[in-house]
Amino acid sequence: MDNWTFGLTMMIVAGGGTFLTLWVLGLLIDLLKRIYPLTPEKPSHD
Amino acid sequence: MIDSIIAGVSGLAAGVVYLFTLGLPNAIMLGVGGTLLYLGAKKNVEPLLLIPIGFGCALVNIPLSELGGEGGLLKIFYQMGVANEVFPLLIFVAIGAMTDFGPLLENPRILLFGAAGQFGIFLTLMIALALGFPALEAVSIAIIGACDGPTAIYVTSQYAPHLLGPVSVAAYSYMALVPIIMPPIMRALTTEKERAIRMVTVKRSVSQTTKVLFPLVVIVVGGLIAPKGLPLLGTIMLGNFMRESGVVARLTKASENEIANVVTLFLGLAIGGTMEGHAFLKPTTLAIFGMGFLAISLDVAAGVLFGKLVCKLTGGKVNPLIGAAGISAYPMAARVVQTEGLRYNKKNHLLMHAAGANTGGQIGSVIAAAMMLSVLKGMGLI
Repeated sequence: MDNWTFGLTMMIVAGGGTFLTLWVLGLLIDLLKRIYPLTPEKPSHD
Repeated sequence: MIDSIIAGVSGLAAGVVYLFTLGLPNAIMLGVGGTLLYLGAKKNVEPLLLIPIGFGCALVNIPLSELGGEGGLLKIFYQMGVANEVFPLLIFVAIGAMTDFGPLLENPRILLFGAAGQFGIFLTLMIALALGFPALEAVSIAIIGACDGPTAIYVTSQYAPHLLGPVSVAAYSYMALVPIIMPPIMRALTTEKERAIRMVTVKRSVSQTTKVLFPLVVIVVGGLIAPKGLPLLGTIMLGNFMRESGVVARLTKASENEIANVVTLFLGLAIGGTMEGHAFLKPTTLAIFGMGFLAISLDVAAGVLFGKLVCKLTGGKVNPLIGAAGISAYPMAARVVQTEGLRYNKKNHLLMHAAGANTGGQIGSVIAAAMMLSVLKGMGLI
């Protein structure tokens, strides 16, 4: 494999994969936030 | 008797004789070590790392010291934790324990800035390959663009160990220079109007359960896609899980302090020990420093340009400066963005947004390295 092919493969697959993985992670975090929303603190009964 | 005395004196003088005959590279590297010590001790540039590295560099270049040779103290440190990658991974546990991913979790879309901020890695890879570096060396050089010392050490110690000294020093030096490197690029690529854009304050919206589950999601997703990088992802997320679970305060505290401190000392000395004059002073070293600078500059530029794109797509709601924080130098990059934002609009507090992009950059750099390793594995190169 020549250097040019190697470099482009890395850029497309590893670079693209990085972008895609972080996008998927973003979606999953959004999902987590919907499943476990921040609930307001309950007032104390003291 | 006289012969014996002469032999004894020659033993004492051997180091000095060597320095003035074959020792020019050693003398130069003693100067380099001294410069690193000066930068660390006097100028406060990454002192925790530059002082052990500078000291290790000085020690290994004192002629005939044998500290970097087989059985020497610095070589032992190297074999203990750099050659087998334990030190950078322990540093990752510490980083995970220290990092609050809260700002990122508040606005998860900001993770994409952490991806854009890695683009310099891939551009530099192409340049290194064009300059004739073999594939694995080019990857090790390009990874300086991760702006993440432990990641650079992890990859280089495995695939181009002979480049470990220059790559590590370049990575840590440029990380320390982020406040100097970033602003001119940010100003060159944005208009004054863009730099003054105010962003809406982030509301607190993340539950503790989400914070605890986040590290687990990262290791499962990242590990499934790029298993070769799981040691990196796994250790940083272990540290963060300990922090957010809140039930192992002793381990979290130890990771942040004692472990981080001891490992940093050994790691710095071991790296300094690889900077022996005859091995370090080569044209390759200069090329590595040049490309490392280019990699980090391209990261910042790519982040800002991505920020401009997002700014356009959102109708001007996003300040493109936060794109520059999508690198791994945390929290320095976020602070630089905050300072630049305030310079053009006194009421513009970008810190939380920039901190989100910056922690995104931390994850992005680790994911990018993991991707590269897994793609290399897939291509049969490692």
